[in-house]
Amino acid sequence: MSGSAILEARDVSRSFGPIEVLHEVGISLHAGEVHALIGENGAGKSTMMKILSGYLAPTKGELLLDGKPVAFSSSEDAEDQGVILIHQEFNLAEQLSVEENIFLGRELKRGFFLDKKAMRAEASRLLSELETRVSPNARVSDISVSDKQMVEIAKALSRNARVLIMDEPTAVLTNREAAVLFRQIERLKAAGTAILYTSHKLDEVAKIADRITVFRDGARVAVAGAGEMSEDQMAQAMVGRELSNLFPPKAISPSGDVVLSVKNFSVEDIVHDASFDLKRGEILGFAGLVGAGRTELMEGLIGVRGAQGGVEVDGKDVALGSVKDARRAGIVYLTEDRKGRGLVLTQRMRENLTLLALDRFGRYTIDAKAEDAALTKAIAEFDVRAPSRDIRVGNLSGGNQQKLLLAKTMLAEPDIVIIDEPTRGIDIGTKQQIYDFIQKLAASGKSVIVISSEMAEIIGLSHRVVVMRSGRITGVLQAKEINEDQIVRHAMGLEGRAAA
Amino acid sequence: MTSETASAAPARSGFRIDFHIWGPVIALIALVALGAFLNPNFLSYGNVTNVLARSAFIGIIAVGMTFVITSGGLDLSVGSMAAFIAGVMILIMNALVPSMGVGWGVILIGMAAALAVGLIAGLVNGLLITQARIEAFIVTLGTMGIFRSLITWLADGGTLSLNFEVRELYRPVYYDGLLGVAWPIIVFALVAIIGETIMRKTPFGRHCAAIGSNEQVARYSAVHVDRVRLMTYVLLGILVGIATIMYVPRLGSASSSTGVLWELEAIAAVIIGGTVLKGGFGRVWGTVVGVLILSLIDNILNLANLVSPYLNGAIQGVIIILAVVLQRQRKAER
Repeated sequence: MSGSAILEARDVSRSFGPIEVLHEVGISLHAGEVHALIGENGAGKSTMMKILSGYLAPTKGELLLDGKPVAFSSSEDAEDQGVILIHQEFNLAEQLSVEENIFLGRELKRGFFLDKKAMRAEASRLLSELETRVSPNARVSDISVSDKQMVEIAKALSRNARVLIMDEPTAVLTNREAAVLFRQIERLKAAGTAILYTSHKLDEVAKIADRITVFRDGARVAVAGAGEMSEDQMAQAMVGRELSNLFPPKAISPSGDVVLSVKNFSVEDIVHDASFDLKRGEILGFAGLVGAGRTELMEGLIGVRGAQGGVEVDGKDVALGSVKDARRAGIVYLTEDRKGRGLVLTQRMRENLTLLALDRFGRYTIDAKAEDAALTKAIAEFDVRAPSRDIRVGNLSGGNQQKLLLAKTMLAEPDIVIIDEPTRGIDIGTKQQIYDFIQKLAASGKSVIVISSEMAEIIGLSHRVVVMRSGRITGVLQAKEINEDQIVRHAMGLEGRAAA
Repeated sequence: MTSETASAAPARSGFRIDFHIWGPVIALIALVALGAFLNPNFLSYGNVTNVLARSAFIGIIAVGMTFVITSGGLDLSVGSMAAFIAGVMILIMNALVPSMGVGWGVILIGMAAALAVGLIAGLVNGLLITQARIEAFIVTLGTMGIFRSLITWLADGGTLSLNFEVRELYRPVYYDGLLGVAWPIIVFALVAIIGETIMRKTPFGRHCAAIGSNEQVARYSAVHVDRVRLMTYVLLGILVGIATIMYVPRLGSASSSTGVLWELEAIAAVIIGGTVLKGGFGRVWGTVVGVLILSLIDNILNLANLVSPYLNGAIQGVIIILAVVLQRQRKAER
């Protein structure tokens, strides 16, 4: 413990309408300390972060800055006092350059004019400190997601943050980029910045946190210093029950007939000559680095991207020119981008649930009663936890959104389900439910393709693993070959190039 | 219903009025009350019929516009399109009189032509937007100019007049009605009811809202985005044709000043009615209320001597801005 807290929340509660989501919780952030806040989706982490950074006001309780009560009138007010939140979904002006974004709102000036030279120099300095190669005059819409993260951090650094609040910063970063981020966090720590950090990756938390607070259902259930809590204990505290093995036992590799056969498949200029088979009842993992072309391959398969090559379903050639064609052939794709491509955030659960399979609810007019019944069923079957049925989907937590997206996809009654990053940004309890679901799906004779960047997920779920690298399939691993070493070697191009 | 739903309900009821839903209706009722207060003739059969019948043109178009805007599009060309259709319709009917004589045959062919031209015009707009991938604003700004110029050219800068005898025969389509209700009102009501049903109860309506909210989600959910978009413009084109069919018998002529600013009135009615300009949410009944609000303002200013009718546009402008402000307030509360 290093001195008194810079920023502290005391007995803070917050309600939305009649629903209280945070119940008299406290948290204190100290200079030079990384404080990890963990909890399942919907545990109240985001609400707490927003309260600390001035986006929301607490309904009860108070904030103390340097020991004195403070009420931030807005996020700008909080930023002026050195408390900065880096959002999980970035707050960057896409059409402006990196440098313009870093200085947005507090541009350096010489007289009436912008001092571009000084800003360029300062931006370059910040970016090189962050070890990123993004150019200060690149347009933000043109840079990668991980670079955007770095720009957000550079922006916060340029504001002399005393308290930096990071909402799952590594969710979109590769391991290498995450390592750079951790080094930066160490540097900020040494400089006396207080850091609040949230992540679903518990190994990460164990590595970098000095102090850990666990939230569950809007209440604080545990606080511990670094080293006092193992990853297992963290997970248990979050879920509130003992987590049995995260992955259900694998069924024996199915030897059933091939339901999907893809031959020499190329997608735009991204995927080349991909061939693979999928058997009935099989879970086929797709591993590879971010950008290996896994998502693009599947998007080509379901007809949202231009593609050439052969696709056979149940031994018959099929032409899949659109999502509708794919659906007719029994193939559905569950996107990794649930907010951008999966769900209409401004609409309610009912409209979202039935959008893909709307034809099942009447040919000419929609049977609203049947829709309602389907929603009731989906809520029960997929354990969607929503405060009300009429809630806009954008207000659901990530885990519940993902469950709704699963329900929506399954409503199309597919035989082949392609799931892209099934558990990205999702808490551990929900993860387990989704793994269970995938396993049951396969056991019931459906075939599942799982794309995942989480090694444990690929290894824990898949009967066979296809590894991709730079748009090509570099290997298909089975049984004992499915281990981290083999997957990494294929993903990095150290081994294999065999056709699948 | 889950128990959680029940517990959430009380906060929403109570005395607070949801302006997002009821605002336009309250405004309409207030206007009717104001009109009745200012002029005893306001609620007379003659005045009511007059107001409703004259709203019918904009109203029929605005119903179609609701679908276009809900799916994230816009059509600025409908006013000039109406003028162009009226011109073509008149020319065709006049040309047929020598060979077919004056009769309903000529008028029916004229009507069919109006629908066909509307359909083709909507198709052109829609294809340029969905296939050539040009923004709706640009495409329809272009076709707005083209249709306007074409009608001016067809009329040679003057006015196209319908053959006098055909006009006498056709007149009742605007001025007569069924059981005392004028035909334009009946047609407007039918279009509105069918439109509301399509928006609310059919996959097409649902798809329009989904596309307007997030085109990508719609695409990934097996919605034929381009086809649905195209259909909204075609539907609007046909409705412009229907509006023109009701409009031509009123004056029996078309000129370069026919249908001027109709597009703005139609768009304004849609927005006042609560449809979101950016797309994603639309309601046809709201549009109907919006149309009525706009024409009542005009009517009240003409009947009462409080404010100069020349200020009509200013008052309509205030109402439009106010409608959007009320929508936004509601959003911020969520």
